[in-house]
Order: sequence, then structure tokens, then C-alpha cells
Amino acid sequence: MTRYAIFCICFALLAPARAAAPLDLDPFRGRVVYLDFWASWCGPCKQSFPWMQTLADTYAGRGLTVVAVNLDADRADAEKFLHQFRPTFEVRFDPKGDLAAFYQVKGMPSSVLIDRHGVPRFTHVGFLPIDGSALEAQVQELLAEK
Amino acid sequence: MKFDRLSFLCLLAGAALASGCSSLGVKPWQRDVLARDEMRLDANPLDAAIDDHMYFSKEASSGGRSYAGGGCGCN
Repeated sequence: MTRYAIFCICFALLAPARAAAPLDLDPFRGRVVYLDFWASWCGPCKQSFPWMQTLADTYAGRGLTVVAVNLDADRADAEKFLHQFRPTFEVRFDPKGDLAAFYQVKGMPSSVLIDRHGVPRFTHVGFLPIDGSALEAQVQELLAEK
Repeated sequence: MKFDRLSFLCLLAGAALASGCSSLGVKPWQRDVLARDEMRLDANPLDAAIDDHMYFSKEASSGGRSYAGGGCGCN
């Protein structure tokens, strides 16, 4: 009876931690990563994509990589969005939301700035064009670090 | 109350399982699924009519069922 109780407690405590896993940062070692979570139904994402494209074009040579993770349940919706914006930066697909769960996405869109050592440093919820310069300043700050 | 080992374990189990309700609602990225027409509370007119009739017979009143929109939750 007590062994069963102990098993139940352990299962209840450990169960939620199963699926979430971080983004594999090995391909981006030494680079600053702008990790963005977007979806086709998210209005502000239509504004953030051109901004991210400009950011990627400007700072790619200095060590910035933009990774945009799509959270659409339906891949076709994401493809339609991508067809409209045609980004040159990396796009990943996470329909189950495991990556979003790991980074504790609180709203759409969200972005996480990861420094050259793979440590997440800044998190932003939502996107407004007027915040673009503040975000860019943070990107520059992380790029300046070794 | 004699504070024995089994009571302690049951208390611990209860506390651990009670946290299961702490994540009610959908995740922010699942809002597109929640916004679909099939997911509306009044999506099925027959079910809605039956529920309304049952509510009327129990409460001796009806209506008050309009729901305000919530937006997409972005920003």
C-alpha cells in the first residue's frame, strides 16, 4: 500500500516534465540566436517577419542567427504564411508545442534571445514595431559579447 | 490525529495531484484551435436548444447566454 502511494506520488511529480526539450544549439555554437515563436493566425507576426528579415540581413555577418519556430497545428496554414513573406532565415515547425512549452511561451508571438554560449538572456512577449529598436539594441549587446 | 506514515504519504499525494488543475485553459499557441467554429460553446444548435430547454425547466428562466469575444491573445 505504501509502495503504491510512493509510486503514485513520483508519477504525479515527474509526469509533466516529460516532453519539453530545449532547442538543439549545437549548429549555432558561438552565434547569437534570436528564437522567435510565431503562428499564421498571429497578427503581430505579420509585422515581426519583415523586421526579423531586416535584422537577419543586417547582423548575419556579425554572428546573429534567426530561428523562427512555427506553432501552427496545421502545416498548410504555416506554408501559406511563409509563401507570403518568403523569409531567408531558418524556420522550424513545432506543431505539438514541445519547444514552446520548454521556453514557457506566455503569448504570441514570443522571442528569446540566446547568447553565444547558449544561455537564454532576454525574453519578449508580443511584438510592436516601436519596440524594434530596443530589441535591436539587445541584439547588438549580445553580439558585442565574446 | 495520530500522524503516521500513511497519513503523511496521502497528504503528499493529495498536494501533488492538486497541482494538476494549475494549468487550466489552452496554451497561448493553441488559441487558433480554440477559436475554430467547432469549438464554440454553441457550435451545435440542437445541443444548444436541448441545453436551453433543460436549463429553463430547472431554473424557470432562460437566456443570458451571450459571450463576449476575447481577441486572439497576441501582444
